[in-house]
Parts: sequence; C-alpha cells; structure tokens
Amino acid sequence: MENLIALLVAAPLLGAAVLLCGGRRLDKAGHWLGTLLAGASFAVGLALFADMLGRDADDRLMTQHLFSWIPVEGFQADLAFHLDQLSMTFVLLISGVGTLIHMYSIGYMEHDERRRRFFGYLNLFLAAMLLLVLADNYLLLYVGWEGVGLASYLLIGFWQHKPSAATAAKKAFLVNRVGDMGLSIAIMLMFTTFGTFAFGPVLGAADETSEGRLTAIGLMLLLAACGKSAQVPLQSWLGDAMEGPTPVSALIHAATMVTAGVYLIVRSGAIFNGAPDAQLATVVVGAVTLLFGAIVGCAKDDIKKALAGSTMSQIGYMVLAAGLGPIGYVFAIMHLVTHGFFKAGLFLGAGSVMHGMNDEVDMRKYGALRKHMPVTFVTFGLGYLAIIGFPGLSGFFSKDKIIEAAFAKGGTEGWILGGAALLGAGITAFYMTRVMVLTFFGEKRWQPDADGHAPHPHESPRSMTVPMVLLAFGSVFAGGFFSIGDRFLGWLEPVTGYTHGHPPVSALTVTLATMVVLATGVAIAWAMYGRRPVPVTAPRGSLLTRAARRDLFQDDFNHVVLVRGGEHLTRSLVYVDHTLVDGVVNGTAASVGGLSGRLRKLQNGYARSYAVSMFGGTAILIAATLLMRAV
Amino acid sequence: MNPVNYLYLAALLFTIGASGVLIRRNAIVLFMCVELMLNACNLALVAFSRMHGNLDGQIIAFFTMVVAAAEVVVGLAIIVSLFRTRHSASVDDASLMKL
Repeated sequence: MENLIALLVAAPLLGAAVLLCGGRRLDKAGHWLGTLLAGASFAVGLALFADMLGRDADDRLMTQHLFSWIPVEGFQADLAFHLDQLSMTFVLLISGVGTLIHMYSIGYMEHDERRRRFFGYLNLFLAAMLLLVLADNYLLLYVGWEGVGLASYLLIGFWQHKPSAATAAKKAFLVNRVGDMGLSIAIMLMFTTFGTFAFGPVLGAADETSEGRLTAIGLMLLLAACGKSAQVPLQSWLGDAMEGPTPVSALIHAATMVTAGVYLIVRSGAIFNGAPDAQLATVVVGAVTLLFGAIVGCAKDDIKKALAGSTMSQIGYMVLAAGLGPIGYVFAIMHLVTHGFFKAGLFLGAGSVMHGMNDEVDMRKYGALRKHMPVTFVTFGLGYLAIIGFPGLSGFFSKDKIIEAAFAKGGTEGWILGGAALLGAGITAFYMTRVMVLTFFGEKRWQPDADGHAPHPHESPRSMTVPMVLLAFGSVFAGGFFSIGDRFLGWLEPVTGYTHGHPPVSALTVTLATMVVLATGVAIAWAMYGRRPVPVTAPRGSLLTRAARRDLFQDDFNHVVLVRGGEHLTRSLVYVDHTLVDGVVNGTAASVGGLSGRLRKLQNGYARSYAVSMFGGTAILIAATLLMRAV
Repeated sequence: MNPVNYLYLAALLFTIGASGVLIRRNAIVLFMCVELMLNACNLALVAFSRMHGNLDGQIIAFFTMVVAAAEVVVGLAIIVSLFRTRHSASVDDASLMKL
C-alpha cells in the first residue's frame, strides 16, 4: 500500500503537465481529464485511508522513499513521503474538496475559452498542496509551499485581462514572499541547529534544544504561516485574491491553501511546545486576526470579500487553537476540516448566485433570491448555519471546542483569548446573517448590468449544484461525526498529542455563553437588514464601518509604512550612490586625468630636455650618496 | 706630477661635454660632446688606476673605447638618415616620432 503514496501527487501533476503542454487539441476533453485525475487522487487517498484504519493506532505511519534528492555529505534531502493521520486528514480534505470543485468548475467555467488551462492550474495546485502535506522533510515541504504559491498566483490572475486581477495576483505573490522568507530562514536555522530537516529527527530532538533556538525557529515558522494563511500582519492579500474565479476562491483561498499555515504550526508542534514565547505570539496573531477578519467581513458589500473576511477570521480561530499547544492542536485541525466543508460550500454558493446574476458581486443588488435558486439557498443556508455554530452543525462542535480551549489556557490570558474568541463568534453570526439576509431575503434590488441586461436569476446546472449539495452534507454532519465519541481526537492524538484543558468555568457555561452571543449577533443583523429595506447604494456609515470597508486601513498602512518607507529608502540610497560612490569613482578618474595631463608635458620629444632630466637625476643621486656618506 | 690634476682635467672635459650636449642643437656637435664626455671618463679611470696602483681602470678604459667606436658607427648612421629625411641636423627638429 505504501507505494501508492506517490500516486497521490503524481496523478494531478500528470494532469497539469498534460493540460498545460497539450495545446488546443485538449480543449474539448481537458476538463474531464483534470477532474478524473483529481478524482483518482481522491480514490487513492480513500484506499490508503482504509488501509490506515485497519492498522493499530501506533502503526499508522506510512512512508515512501522515492530517491535521494540532494545527496551531499552532511546535507541530505530525500524525496520521501510521510503519511500519518495528520497528513491523511489533509489528503482527504484536499483531494475530496478539490475533486468537487473540479466538478463545479466544469459548469462554472463553461463559457471561458481558456478552461483547459484553468484545469491545468487547478491540477498543479492539487499536486503542490498534496506534496506540501505529504513531504517528510521541511525542504520538500518548502517545494510544495512555493508550488501552491505559484498556483495561487496563476489562478488569482487567471483573468489577467482585468488589471485588478493582475494586480491582485502580484500583491498576493509579493505578500506571500515575505512569509516564504520566514520559512526559508526557519529551515536554515533548523539545519544549523539539528543538522537535518527531516521531520523525525528535527521534531524528535526539539526537547533537547535551547529555548532561544526553538523560539527563533518558531517565530520564523509563524511568519511563514501568517503569509500563507493571511494572518495579521500579512493579511492584506486575501481580500484582493477574490479577483480570481470563484472556484479558486473556494478551493484555494478558503478550504485548502490558506490552511497550510495551520498545518505548518501543528506539524511543528514539538518546536512550539518548547517555545512558550512563540506560542504566545501565535495566539496573539490568531486572536487579533479573528477579530480583524470578522470586523472587515461586517462591512463589505462584495459577497466574496465578505466571505474572504470570514475566512481570515476562521483561520484566526485555527491559529489561535494551534498556538494553545497540545490543548488545541486537534481542535485546530478539526475546525480546519469542518471549515473546509462549509466555507467551500459557501463560496460555491456565492459563485452560483453570481452565475445567475450576470456576475454581479454587490450584495446590495441581490435580494429575494431564495425562490429563484432553491438549491443554492438551501446549501448556502446550511453552510451559514454551520459557520455561525448553530447547535448540531459542524461549526458548533469545532468552534465551541476552540473557545473552550482558549478559556482553558488559564489566568488572565485565558480570559482575554476566550473573550476574543467568544466576541468573534458573535460578530461571525452578525456578518453571516447579513450576507444571508441581503442575498436571499428582503425584496428584489436587482439592477441591470453595464450592458443593460436585467438579471434573470436561475438555478445553476447540475455539475455546480451536486458539489454544493455534497459539501452541505459535510457542513451538517462532519462536526457531529467527528465529535461524538471523540472520534477525531482519538484519530489525531497519536500524532499531535493532547492534554485536556480545564476551563475556569464549566464547558456547558461556555457553550451557553456562545449561544447567547450567537443569538445576539443574529438578532442585531436581522434588525439592521431584515426588518428595514436595504438601500442599493451603500450609506456613508459610521466611522468604524468606513474603516472596515477600507479593510481597517491595512493597505493604507502598508502604503505609508512599507511602500513610502521603501521609496524613501531607495531614494536615499540612490542619492548616496550618486554623491558618495559616484563621487569617489569620478574623483579618482579626474585626479588621475589631471595628473597625467601634467606628466604628459614632460614627454615633449626634445632629446636635450630628456638629457637635462637625466643629468639632473644623476646629480641628485650623487649628491644623495655623498650626503649619506658624510652622515 | 700629482695625478689629482688629471682628475681636475677629466672633470673639466666632462663638464664641457655635458654643457655641449645640453646647449648645442647640431646633432654632429652633440655627438662630439658625447665623445668628449666618454673620453673624460676614460681619463678619470686611467688616473684612478694610477693612483690606486692596479690595472682595472685601464682595462675598463679599453672597453669604453671599443663601445664608443661601435656607438660612433650606429650614431653616425642615424644622424645621416635623419639628415636625409629632414634636411637638417638639428635635434630639436626631430622632436616627433613621425615626420
């Protein structure tokens, strides 16, 4: 069985190679090939999963060594795979959701003449993401990490004729580079500390390493995670990334790629466990981001951007949980999986709405769509109930556990983190209700598009609704399935470790408090958007609303501090270059030139003047000799 | 006679030769002044030889004469060809490598 692991990566990689190199001949069948290979990868994943379930909990690690990638003495990097319960979870999520989104894209991208290329990029993404979670050392993980960055860049900028899409792709790539630099520094530090970067030796030796080293590595890994997972302070790219086609937003910028940072932190748990300062930084990043994303999500009128803010916020929950250490690792991953289902479902629903509304994204121009798009309404609604944590649905189980774990951190910290998580749950309920109400309830506020066509909302084709229905099943049942009898905990515990945290108040109190906050959020949103008519053009809004619409000034901050700062830096460097460096060089040249101009005059061609110099020189030499003798 | 007087004579001759080289323009005269300097040196060498009582100086004087003869052959040839091309024996006229 273990020899099948490589197939997981190879199938989509083959798809990408064939689709991207195959040319126009494949235009007709390309999307089927891409979907088939993604499905093949999922099937292999299921087979491996079945095999893994048949083993004892201690014997579930599968490895496959393909070849030695960089065999240099003292520097060994292998192309080898490491499939344990954590990787398996990701493999099933990535290839499963990935396959559904491939299916969805067949319908969604039907009228796009570059559909074959789109599927090639999607397959490339799957291959890179699977490589990232299957790698058995950090260097190979880095290859996958960069691969998903590339695929993300290509897919955000897929409609490159739109300048906004091209800019968004560039922005995502550049911001991600900052995080990637963190990862590469972390890998270098690992190599100097442990002499290797394979998971086994690095994580095994983490307890015997000094805390300072571990903190440095942990902080660099956190920087990497911030870049890829859009956490504060590297969060600014995710909102703009919504310029990509909606299936891309669903797969890459909601369900899978953006969770790579959480994977990295959980995978490197042994390092974080030994570095409390890095853990503290992680929970702070998580708590700040979960509020930041939620506040931004409240003010956006673009349905995809509202969902992007929500993604940021939900990943903030995961990072917060991962930063709590062994109390939270399992729940971070559990929320990641349930979030994968409901957020992908929500995005596909948003795509379906846009599909029916002439690609309009402004929610203020939707309204009353529930009768026209029943399947979308029901699946989106279930995703909505799941994300706000309605009792019994997926989000309820996973988010509740994270809030509990945050309180269980203990002391003042625990109260602050738990309070932030609780508040975040309330804001989540508010903005998701707002999205729901603006889109599906109220009265029609439809506007004709730029060409004057009035929208005729209709249900999307079967290839789009089937994935939405399947994801809705996941959104409803996954959380309960995982939580009842602590199935997910028992599954992941051997890899990530688990200690039960004791919150200062009982778990039931936390759950009840969450319910109260949730109901308040829903009620406020209903009062603001459900009971009153919604204006088509956004009102000016309060100061906070305006700030949130501008993403809490994240771009202005980056512009003022980084862009302007960078410009000043380069300008002063240019000035130094022009005055100091060029001054020295030009000055040397000028003085040599001047000196040679003078010396040239001695070379006048008159033999007698040379004779004078000769006599003079000789006379001086003789005089000097005599003088030395006399002294 | 005191051999030191020969040294004074040699110094005088050398000075006359050197001044001629520096002052005169005619290549032939210049050439003769160079010869004068060489012979002043010869005289000095012979005088030193006499004063110190060994023959080294006199032998070197013979070498100098041979070298001077060879120099005359080459030098005169140069002066002749210089005169042919420039129709003048002045060294100041030949201040450039080209014509």
